[in-house]
Amino acid sequence: MQESNDDYILHMKNIDMFFPGVKALKDVTFNLKKGEIHSLMGENGAGKSTLVKVLTGVYLKTNGTIEYDGKIIEPKTPLESQLMGISTVYQEVNLCANLTVAENIYIGREPRGKFGQIDWMTMNRKAKELLHNEMGIDIDVTKVLSFYPVALQQMIAIARAVDTQCKILILDEPTSSLSEKETEHLFSIMRKLKNQGISIIFISHFLEQIYTICDRITILRDGEYVGEYVVKDLPRIQLISKMMGKEIKEDEIEANVDKSVPEQETIMEFDNVTVPGKVKDMTFNIKKGEVIGLGGLLGSGRTEIAETMFGILLRTNGTIKVDGTEFSIKGPMDMMMHRVAFCTEDRKAQGIIGDLSVRENIILALQAKAGMFKHMPRSKQNELADHYIDLLRIKVSDREQLIRNLSGGNQQKVIIGRWLATEPNLLILDEPTRGIDVGTKSEIEALAVRLAKEKRMSVVFISGEMGEMVRTCSRVLIIRDHEKLTELNGDEISTAHIMQAIAGDYHGHA
Amino acid sequence: MDMLKKFSHSSLALPLAALALLLLFNAIFVEDFFVIQVMDNGNLYGRPIDILYRASSLIILALGMTFVLATGGVDISVGAVVAISAATCCVLLGGDVSGIPEHPFFVAIIAALLVGVIAGIWNGTLVAKFKIQAMVATLILMTAGRGIAQLMTDGQIITVYYRPFSYIGGNIPGVMLPTAMIIAFLMVCLVIFLDRKTSLGLMIQSVGINPTASRYAGVKVTAVLFAVYIFSGFCAGTAGLIEGSLIRAADANNAGLNMEMDAILSATLGGTLMVGGRYYIGGTIIGAITIQTLTTTMYAIGVSADALPAVKAIVILLIIIIQSERFKTMFREWRLKSAGNKAAKEASNG
Repeated sequence: MQESNDDYILHMKNIDMFFPGVKALKDVTFNLKKGEIHSLMGENGAGKSTLVKVLTGVYLKTNGTIEYDGKIIEPKTPLESQLMGISTVYQEVNLCANLTVAENIYIGREPRGKFGQIDWMTMNRKAKELLHNEMGIDIDVTKVLSFYPVALQQMIAIARAVDTQCKILILDEPTSSLSEKETEHLFSIMRKLKNQGISIIFISHFLEQIYTICDRITILRDGEYVGEYVVKDLPRIQLISKMMGKEIKEDEIEANVDKSVPEQETIMEFDNVTVPGKVKDMTFNIKKGEVIGLGGLLGSGRTEIAETMFGILLRTNGTIKVDGTEFSIKGPMDMMMHRVAFCTEDRKAQGIIGDLSVRENIILALQAKAGMFKHMPRSKQNELADHYIDLLRIKVSDREQLIRNLSGGNQQKVIIGRWLATEPNLLILDEPTRGIDVGTKSEIEALAVRLAKEKRMSVVFISGEMGEMVRTCSRVLIIRDHEKLTELNGDEISTAHIMQAIAGDYHGHA
Repeated sequence: MDMLKKFSHSSLALPLAALALLLLFNAIFVEDFFVIQVMDNGNLYGRPIDILYRASSLIILALGMTFVLATGGVDISVGAVVAISAATCCVLLGGDVSGIPEHPFFVAIIAALLVGVIAGIWNGTLVAKFKIQAMVATLILMTAGRGIAQLMTDGQIITVYYRPFSYIGGNIPGVMLPTAMIIAFLMVCLVIFLDRKTSLGLMIQSVGINPTASRYAGVKVTAVLFAVYIFSGFCAGTAGLIEGSLIRAADANNAGLNMEMDAILSATLGGTLMVGGRYYIGGTIIGAITIQTLTTTMYAIGVSADALPAVKAIVILLIIIIQSERFKTMFREWRLKSAGNKAAKEASNG
């Protein structure tokens, strides 16, 4: 026991954490070796973030000990833990968007000149070197941070952490907004840091990434410690069943859905629709009762097409018909009146109304549709909310719980409930499973198919994860550079075909 | 016990507690504070009535302000709009010493209210259409408003001798309660109706919390913003009638002076946050009454009018600190700790 302690940078033992009325962590153990990449896994709400926040001093633990670098520590503020060498890079980058890259890296520890003034030249030079040497990126460090894409901002945040001599680097869902190429670059940087002896705690929902990059895994479930495993000794299927706390078979996850069969009737038609700079000359139709996918890379224009379908973006050319009729589209309400619903990609910014209850979030769209003066009586509101909480198996303490206190997966279900309440004929789901645990993810996939099959609802399914589209869609439109390249139908739909089609090497039968 | 617990967690608990404390202070230190008498002319008289009476215009303004704050905005023009409304009414009635109005009374009343609504449309246009920050947008009318009122009255203080005009700020003959109180009560009823029987409240809060998500859910964000500023203007117009009638004159410089700040304060004391989102109508009303109670108390115990703002500021500071999240957390931690100590003590004893 004692002799192996040198290999470890961190021991968190018997950690308990209470929120008023809730036990968020129960007797959790977490051990981190020097120079390893360790994944913290668990479904949403399992306690991953809470554990990280206890470590970084955002929350104060109720019980337990944290031994870091051979010493017992009690971090009380994020700054304190940062000074000790524990740095966190969050999914939403926690830098200042309106400062320059160099300022962001050196904020609070700017190189000084003779008279104590900030030495801008040195700062910019050092920032440039740092990014070049550590990250392998060459950019203009005097531009403001927001000039660069999120992926680069994350690299910059990591560079800052590395430069502050951190010993533990926590990456909380760093890859959820990155493309595959960007993710690979991030991984190569992570491997480099690991070789320098930095320990990395990696939180991600992408199983494949865990298996690509991590050495060991600690699994949490419902705030409790499940176990610590070496990645290569733990088959995927076991990892998932441990996270969910139930046994499932591999093929169940892969093919848990029986695809819908589209009918001949068309629900929506796009004919040479153009939105300048966003959607290019788009022509397609959506049939009743089908799940249709929009495949393409991030930034290919998938979301813009969805926004055009919902009347957020307005076309300059072409015609859009719903149920065979053309009508004037001035905003989302016009589409809502024609029974179109849209679950946005950015759940936090465009989906949830954080400080409102689950009930209010569910009835919002239906109430907006009905108008201000056709107020739904409270009993009806309760009934609706309970119906969808039940139907979608949303985990809430009661319907008056604030939506912001739910886990991402449950928030997503509430938003889906909001739209189902409007009884749509066409439901657009833009990245409905991003940042959501495996269990909820397959539930949502199955739901999409079930709605199409049983309710004859048409579902537009947008996802960056090919496997998800293969499982759910009976037709996939391939989008690249805001244009439709081709369509894949039925048996043609496979991960390989989608990738080839995006690359332009596969043209399908259409 | 359970009910008490439930109550102590409700949003009204703290504002009510603050008011109760003030009243308790009065009960002890101010003689006959709670005595209400029927005067010879049949009107009710006494400090509690006086407080509600004096708080009436503030309550009305604060109701409008509460909705505006809930959308994440603010309307600092209401004080100036009070002056414009009062001036409109007085100018239309005219300063004829014989007491004969130049225009019918109801025309003057409707015009004053309409002026409030127009002010609201102006603010709404700037905020909802041109997306100007609410503080800046309403600052324009706040600054210009008194000038407009001055222009209307030609820089004079117009005194109205038409008798029924004084009924608004006083009593309608034969009615026990001051008219202002009745108007405030009706406005409260209107607001409660809007809150409970329409989905305005849901829309306002959702716009205040997340405008983008609201728009994507089909909420007409622009219309909601317009509605709250127009309503706030309407409230200011109503309050303008009361304020004008109280002194039976249009005083462009002093009518409604600094009332916008008291209105904001009433709402915040009541638990509505300036960042938008949840609002509390009950809290706002209690907040407004608290502010007036404070003023009345200060006068009752002999604080001079000059020293009043300073004393008032201190008391309000205390109330706001007690209501702050940070203080609540500290209080909770302290209670947990002392409960823990107690448990440990008992354990060691046992």
